[in-house]
Amino acid sequence: MSGRPQLAPVLRRLRLARTARATPTSLSRQAALQQSLARPARCFSNSRSQCFQKTPAVAAGQAKFTSETYPDIKRDARFAQLTEDHVAYFRGLLGSESAVLDGVTNSNAADDIEPFNTDWMRKYRGHCQLVLKPGSTDEVSKILKYCNDNMLAVVPQGGNTGLVGGSVPVFDEIVINMSRMNQILEFDEVSGTLVAEAGCILEVADQFLASKGYIFPLDLGAKGSCHIGGNVSTNAGGLRLLRYGSLHGTVLGIEAVLADGTVVDDLCKLRKNNTGYDLKQLFIGAEGTIGIITKVSIQCPQRSPAQNVAFFGLESFDQVQLAFREAKGQLSEILSAFELMDEGSQALVRQVTGNKSPLEGQYPFYCLIETSGSNADHDSEKLGAFLEDVMEKGIVVDGTLAQDETQIKSLWAWREGITEALSHLGGTYKYDVSIPLKELYQLVEDTRARVDAAGLLGDTDDFPVRAVVGYGHMGDANLHLNVSTRRMDPRVEKVLEPFIYEWIAERQGSISAEHGLGVMKKKFIGYSRNPTMVGLMKNIKTTFDPNGILNPYKYL
Amino acid sequence: MSALRILVPVKRVIDYAVKPRVNKAQTGVETAGVKHSMNPFDELSVEESVRIREKKRAPGGVEDICVFSAGPPKAQDVLRTAMAMGADRAIHVDVKEGEDLEPLTVAKLLKAAAEQQKSNLVILGKQSIDDDANQTGQMLAGLLGWPQATQASNVEFGEGDTVSVTREVDGGVETVRAKLPLIITTDLRLNEPRYASLPNIMKAKKKPLEKKTLADFGISAEKRLKVLKVTEPPARQGGGKVEDVDGLISKLKELGAI
Ligand SMILES: Cc1cc2nc3c(=O)[nH]c(=O)nc-3n(C[C@H](O)[C@H](O)[C@H](O)COP(=O)(O)OP(=O)(O)OC[C@H]3O[C@@H](n4cnc5c(N)ncnc54)[C@H](O)[C@@H]3O)c2cc1C
Repeated sequence: MSGRPQLAPVLRRLRLARTARATPTSLSRQAALQQSLARPARCFSNSRSQCFQKTPAVAAGQAKFTSETYPDIKRDARFAQLTEDHVAYFRGLLGSESAVLDGVTNSNAADDIEPFNTDWMRKYRGHCQLVLKPGSTDEVSKILKYCNDNMLAVVPQGGNTGLVGGSVPVFDEIVINMSRMNQILEFDEVSGTLVAEAGCILEVADQFLASKGYIFPLDLGAKGSCHIGGNVSTNAGGLRLLRYGSLHGTVLGIEAVLADGTVVDDLCKLRKNNTGYDLKQLFIGAEGTIGIITKVSIQCPQRSPAQNVAFFGLESFDQVQLAFREAKGQLSEILSAFELMDEGSQALVRQVTGNKSPLEGQYPFYCLIETSGSNADHDSEKLGAFLEDVMEKGIVVDGTLAQDETQIKSLWAWREGITEALSHLGGTYKYDVSIPLKELYQLVEDTRARVDAAGLLGDTDDFPVRAVVGYGHMGDANLHLNVSTRRMDPRVEKVLEPFIYEWIAERQGSISAEHGLGVMKKKFIGYSRNPTMVGLMKNIKTTFDPNGILNPYKYL
Repeated sequence: MSALRILVPVKRVIDYAVKPRVNKAQTGVETAGVKHSMNPFDELSVEESVRIREKKRAPGGVEDICVFSAGPPKAQDVLRTAMAMGADRAIHVDVKEGEDLEPLTVAKLLKAAAEQQKSNLVILGKQSIDDDANQTGQMLAGLLGWPQATQASNVEFGEGDTVSVTREVDGGVETVRAKLPLIITTDLRLNEPRYASLPNIMKAKKKPLEKKTLADFGISAEKRLKVLKVTEPPARQGGGKVEDVDGLISKLKELGAI
């Protein structure tokens, strides 16, 4: 085994980040593992991963305070200021030293609190001075009752990977971080029903399920950090919605605590339950504005033993649509993901990771297709026929088919790694929209043309905008339009908004397909919901949280 | 210089990303229903052979790249993958599932194959990740009486049938030179294997794949080694989690570490 320690990560498989959780199994596997452990940047996941080798370009700078970015938002004077007495109460309640991060009485705690104050994109930053980490539903209930009685505003926080600024405070709201409530409580091997605490990390839940032959019905790039409570609160869509549907269908029950401390026990484990209004649905996608989710029960499908991934290069968006139709028609029940990436987004991943593209040439569009089924031979035959067909018809110009698990993971990294690659390059304006498929990519082209016409887009440092790229969940008509910038420039936002929102409203699209509203889209809800709907939503908010202490300044 | 006739043995093994499990009878690892793919070191051999041809690195050119696998019928999948990567043709020697061949038997088989195919260069993986034996290439060199350059990280061709191979050794590299015919075994740094492109995957379906038996090479699958028992390594003792720094310090004190 000579020379092993100084081996560079040459073999592409070794590029994949694998954390210590992946058990080494033979000498050579172990060696490979050690090599790849050498350079971690930020790892979200140890399965399909996107660990970049370069250090983040912008990570150093401190994020701007949300209160400065949004000067229109004023602190609500009804909320009390935190005092030593409040802190003393929480200390007494939570006991353990680590459950209370106190910057109220201890000025040295600022560094410890900072990660809870700043969001994943470093775009939103609050002035929080107190972080509480409850360990049980009862503690959550007591915290909220006290806050409600004393008019203290709070922000429920999961893995803090949300992309709309919903998970961090704007002013001095208390962060209630759910990471200590991370237990898997129950699993029924016959029905596939999983019950877990809200702070359980998505990937941990999925790995547990994998050992039982099941799969979590949601998968997304942030799986190594996000909590299932956070996923439910944002109604996250992710990579397999096409196959397993939305959380509105898979979540069977929820336990949540309301603003006044009332515990809502709707931890139902039944698939069917038509007895009255389905209240749990309100918590799905509520972004922490009507209660804190403490437990979730969810229907998990059987994990498919056979998986295949193909990666295509295509010449036009029309071809992409044809490929999607053919995939649905020919692969039908085994199709589990159909993802879209444009060349601009892939160029950014290449730039940040230094990895070589899976295809020889460059194409304006790429698609990633995944199949999951129960019989490898059956699936391969189907997929083979499909691939031959789309190549023959000239729909697909070039492509590749993963020959092993490692290739499956590295192909996925080209899709899943986009969000992270962007975050390493500077600020990004992110729009997560849903538009009828035929016009899906037109939005990117129109936006690019507009930014270009304003003289803001270019290859050199003279231009604030580096690239306007599009990618997303083609199968769900969900596009991520991302505008990657070199620096903050007020002209950019003026060009983008409200242009993009109006463009979407004209086509009856959604201005937030899966990321939610948070701070970022609060004032734009009117582009996708009429006044009657917004009025009803406000009534619901008041019913559940009359004092408005839950996640204020956001959502509605 | 002579035109190269490269023989590339490839093995179908449990996929690198899959965690193998010991079977109930403790006689080996569970293979039924487990994802298999090409031994990663063999991917490097295939890639290197194809690059030698594409980059026209050998003065005499590459006349033939033949991939060779002994294994169950499913081994044909990895042969097709190798042909999709660029190999010209394949030979599959049928061996019953579970009737694994020992390195010496494989070396004898490859000797016969190299002679039959008139190969003058055999590029093998330095080991396969299932048994980690790291013996086949060396034994083959011995049987054929050819020079060997193991653990290659770089291969260059010179005048008069000479080949220079850079090898990974402890604390550095070593460059050796030999004349064809030659055995090379590959190491991780040699290259980065390509993705097989869809058009090439389609073409590979039509490339020739010869089916043979051990008897065709005059070989029998005799065993010199007997596996007594296969067990999992002892499970790691689960660590405890401390609540905070104070907890950590008192735990360390308790263990007498500080
Ligand atoms: C790399 C990356 C990829 C992503 N990909 C996708 C994707 O494909 N699809 C998609 O839909 N989203 C995606 N997201 C965003 C997604 O919304 C989050 O990753 C995830 O769902 C949020 O979970 P979290 O635990 O981090 O929640 P947080 O970010 O902590 O919180 C999100 C919101 O939920 C609230 N909240 C959190 N926990 C609770 C709780 N227990 N009770 C009540 N409210 C709570 C917070 O107050 C906040 O408003 C991605 C994010 C990243 C960084």
